Amino acid sequence: MADVTLTVDGKKVTAPAGTLLIEACKTVGIEVPSFCYYPNLSLQGACRMCLVKIEKMPKLQTACTTVISEGMIVTSDSEEIKQARKSMLEMLLGNHPLDCPVCDAGGECELQDMTFSYGAAESKFMEAKNHKDEQQWSPVVFFDRPRCILCYRCVRVCGEGMDVWALGVQNRGVSSIIAPNKEDHLECEECGMCIDICPVGALTSGAYRYKTRPWEMKHVGTICTHCGDGCKTTLGVRRADTGMEIVRGDNRDKSGTNGDFLCIKGRYAFDFANHEERLTQPLIRKEGKLTPATWEEAFQLIGKKFAEVRDRDGGSAIGVIGSTRTTNEESYLLSKFARMVLKTNNVDHHRTADFPAFAAALRGKADATASMADVFTAPAILLIGNDPTEQHPLLAWQIRNNVRLHRSRLYVINSQAIKLRRQATNFMQIPAGAEGKVAAFLAGDDAAADAIINSSSTKDQWNSLRDTLRGEQNLVIAFGSEILGSDLSSLVTFGSAIAGAKFVCLADYANSRGAADMGLYPDLLPGYHPISGSSEFHTEWGEIPQAAGLDLSGMVEAASTNKLKALYVVGSNPIGRLKIDSFAFSNSFVVVQDMFLTETAVVADVALPAANAYEKSGTFTNTCGDLQLVKKAGEVTGTKADFEMIVRIADAMGFDVRKLVPIGGGTHADMGQSRGAQSGEADRHAVWLEAHGLEPKLSPFDPMAILDEIQRLVPGYDVSRMNLLAGNSQHTSLAKAGPGVAHRPESISPANDTLFSSGTLGHYSRALKSVMESHEVKPAEVAAD
Amino acid sequence: MASLVSHPDEVKVVTRRFGLGATNIDRYLELDGYKAVQKALGMDADAIINEVKNSGLRGRGGAGFSTGMKWSFVPKQSAKPKYVLCNGDESEPGTCKDRLIFEHDPHAVIEGVMIGGLAVGARSGYIYIRGEYRYLSIIMQKAIRDAYAKGFLGKNIFGSGRDFDIYWHGGAGAYEVGEESALMESLEGKRGIPRIRPPFPAVVGLWGGPTVINNAETLASVPHIMLGGAEWYAKIGPPKNGGTRLFCLSGNVAKPGVYELPMGYSLKKMIYEVGGGIPNGRSLKAVVPGGSSTPCLTADEIDINMDFDSVAKAGSMLGSGGVVVLDDQQCIVKFALRTMKFYQHESCGWCIPCREGTDWLKKTLIRFHSGGGVKKDIDNMQYLSENMLGRTFCPLGDAAAMPTIAFVKKFRKEFEDHLDGRPCPYEKAGVAEEMEALSH
Repeated sequence: MADVTLTVDGKKVTAPAGTLLIEACKTVGIEVPSFCYYPNLSLQGACRMCLVKIEKMPKLQTACTTVISEGMIVTSDSEEIKQARKSMLEMLLGNHPLDCPVCDAGGECELQDMTFSYGAAESKFMEAKNHKDEQQWSPVVFFDRPRCILCYRCVRVCGEGMDVWALGVQNRGVSSIIAPNKEDHLECEECGMCIDICPVGALTSGAYRYKTRPWEMKHVGTICTHCGDGCKTTLGVRRADTGMEIVRGDNRDKSGTNGDFLCIKGRYAFDFANHEERLTQPLIRKEGKLTPATWEEAFQLIGKKFAEVRDRDGGSAIGVIGSTRTTNEESYLLSKFARMVLKTNNVDHHRTADFPAFAAALRGKADATASMADVFTAPAILLIGNDPTEQHPLLAWQIRNNVRLHRSRLYVINSQAIKLRRQATNFMQIPAGAEGKVAAFLAGDDAAADAIINSSSTKDQWNSLRDTLRGEQNLVIAFGSEILGSDLSSLVTFGSAIAGAKFVCLADYANSRGAADMGLYPDLLPGYHPISGSSEFHTEWGEIPQAAGLDLSGMVEAASTNKLKALYVVGSNPIGRLKIDSFAFSNSFVVVQDMFLTETAVVADVALPAANAYEKSGTFTNTCGDLQLVKKAGEVTGTKADFEMIVRIADAMGFDVRKLVPIGGGTHADMGQSRGAQSGEADRHAVWLEAHGLEPKLSPFDPMAILDEIQRLVPGYDVSRMNLLAGNSQHTSLAKAGPGVAHRPESISPANDTLFSSGTLGHYSRALKSVMESHEVKPAEVAAD
Repeated sequence: MASLVSHPDEVKVVTRRFGLGATNIDRYLELDGYKAVQKALGMDADAIINEVKNSGLRGRGGAGFSTGMKWSFVPKQSAKPKYVLCNGDESEPGTCKDRLIFEHDPHAVIEGVMIGGLAVGARSGYIYIRGEYRYLSIIMQKAIRDAYAKGFLGKNIFGSGRDFDIYWHGGAGAYEVGEESALMESLEGKRGIPRIRPPFPAVVGLWGGPTVINNAETLASVPHIMLGGAEWYAKIGPPKNGGTRLFCLSGNVAKPGVYELPMGYSLKKMIYEVGGGIPNGRSLKAVVPGGSSTPCLTADEIDINMDFDSVAKAGSMLGSGGVVVLDDQQCIVKFALRTMKFYQHESCGWCIPCREGTDWLKKTLIRFHSGGGVKKDIDNMQYLSENMLGRTFCPLGDAAAMPTIAFVKKFRKEFEDHLDGRPCPYEKAGVAEEMEALSH
């Protein structure tokens, strides 16, 4: 759009036509205060804080509803305007309880800030304030009416942003009150966005309220450990007798790809970290019972056993199961450790999407994957399978708001009437399990149409949809785990004919993509390079076994015939999640690193207490392929990061850990792990050392050393380290990935999590279990738990 | 049924059929009914608009904007349907004129809506009737039904090949809905809060379509203009203030009632001749000239003509025609309180200054009137009102602020008489009980 030039307080301002005055002012550093105005939500003009003087207008005008026009002359700061702002605050504070000393929002309250900037210190009123008792709307949302200033942000973010519409306004005048959809309680997605967006302390979090003050916490912006979308969540951390306690999750730091968004998991489901069943010391099975032991004892035992099995039965008698929630550095290290130290290719993880087929299909295609940010800007989106509202809440948010704000066209093909159909230009319901046939049909196989037509669609509609899609440009094609193998490559064939089309392959869990990219496969090395082929890894890692190893079911099979002598499980719960018999590994030496005595840990010979993603540093790759920094919020006494445990086991096996973790070379910034210090302090420490010409002393537990190797060797990971460390997401490309290997469809097992479940971790989150929605009907195919 | 009053100075235009049984459609037809719309059917849209423009007809809801001009703002072409709305949410205290029109001449309103529709190219209209006027909506429903039965509404009206539909809609008891955009929200089934403007209703109104919204009295005047001609109508009043006005004379006058007087009629004469003066040997203290939201005039300020421009010049507004007369035994503080109680109750609560301002003013006035006032309160009330004025989302805040400012400024002495714990000088006994009742 053409630019418009206006004058604000004597400054020339140029902005695109259609820009709101309040936004135009921001571009030249003029702050126009407001409560009700919130970018990307509908306009209200209700708080009257943004009144400015516009020449030729008799009255003061609201900058939030005024669209700029050429030659407009605006005054944002005059006695009249100051008085207007001051009087608005006086009127607001008249009924406000002023309980700032105990209010959760105290210290981060917009009303406090505004009063400080524009307000008056004296009250003109003598009468009693209006009072209403506090209400609890759900286990996680509380409402304190007297504090509410009626800016309607909560109502709008819930309705317009979330498409939930659980909040409204009741009564009128001074009795107006924000009210939940079910009279006295909420039935919603429990995202808590209403709390985050509340400028005051009217809406407070059930998890956080009255626990501490904002300035008593350390605020660490890191990546959520639940689903695969990679939201940035800011953890509020304070000291506790366990070492540290996370007391709050929010998106006070809006720099993540999620912007304003967080779902219930990112906001409240950090509580597993403080669960009382958390393991805080190593356990060794003695006389059939898991018995507390020292770390030294545990590592010595594991080292001895692993070396013994390897040397006696060969590495192929050892199985390794990695995690979808450990960092890229840990997954990479585990993959490397298995091959180099254990000498086994029996490596697997809980697969929830067919990334090897995805990588193979996109091989050689530059810019063919969409980042999470692209989903918010794409002019058109095709979604096949999955229910993002439940399984990928951020993706759903991006899609929904792209449709709302940018009029993006959304095409939804699903076997269920998923919620996103409400935003869809075109919704096609198909028989369950026919997603693959959709891919085939789109790719041109007309015969596949029969399998996808049902009572609600005709062949003509499908033909017309296919034609419409072919006519789109820059289409983002997102698909769930229903599409894999050759169907996936058909879909890519179809999409590749569309100019600018990009793909998103949806996987569950925070770092499923990372686990796949880092080669937690029996037949693939990092970057989807087949074991059997030749790649840089063969040169870098030296002697590694050449034959493809066993996948998870192969390991179970081998264990049943006594061929699997040892099993190393890092942050995974195959027995609990993948319907594996609890006695399957009875004759193997089983080592499990986990936070809890899960169904798998409970059968271990050695169980090691692990730190979770909030307690370590590293990187995660979200389902779109966006690489992001994971920052350590603190430590829980008695736990160790998986990274350190892997290195310690290698050391106990007599392996030169420098070969595993190449320390001392390359450019490094300590990410804090080595000193057990908080990441920010460690960064400053590293800067100080460099400034004084001292070589930072890196420890073998420094994941940054492995990140160096990942960036050097894993295709697509050669992104800007500076941007990564700065906390931005960096999209990785699969264009130069290896050719992959075809896998059996049965090897992929979607998590089928809802908004209120999160695999094994979800069992240990009281917040997730507390909300009534988590007890409602779940999708048909729920995994073993 | 409200009883009718009359005075020789009256010029009966809108009230011409009052008391003649015109709710009956056949009787209405005998009294020149539906002739105006048939005449309009033979005119082109611009000609209708010009006729109304030339008549000097100005909005009778209170703002006094030229009706013809308003109609001309509606775009000729529109992708969305256009609408004509009749604002019958008459709720301004002191105003009771639309009520009589609905009661005595509902077909005139229907006809006015139809002519408005022809002028702007709308094919349907809505008549929105205040929720408390339930019995009037029954009259209106019957009138609409009868008009359909005669073929005056619906398909091919009067054989013209054109279609026009009219629906009635009842309010739910909110003054705020008299504000045009809030009325549209209400009509659409939403909470009655005003909309952000621009866009203005003429461009984006009901259901997003271009919309003309006029007061019931305005629309009821239109058929008479069509039949009598713009020139005739304009000449009834002074320049730029065409026609007559229904003045709702109430308060301390001998003969209260609704009188149809020419625009520009003397306020003094209205009180002392038409209204029969102040009864019981008392004298005039103040007049509210145009409904409770208009600043009051003192006894010294009543020598003015009652047209939009003259009253504005005197620092008040002609408003909705509600003339409320207060004699020397009335307490201005109590009157201010009664007024504020209304606005506090009716504030929709959308914006801060109106929601909070009206509530604090009401609370302060209650205490003040019952003898608990301090000197600072007087300044505070003026301060609060002045800080509401012009800064609220819609004119309701102004409607609450303007009279309060006038009361405090013009009758400061009377406020001061309430100070120092003295009870209200006009209500020697029983103030507390009354206040208790008022505070609810």
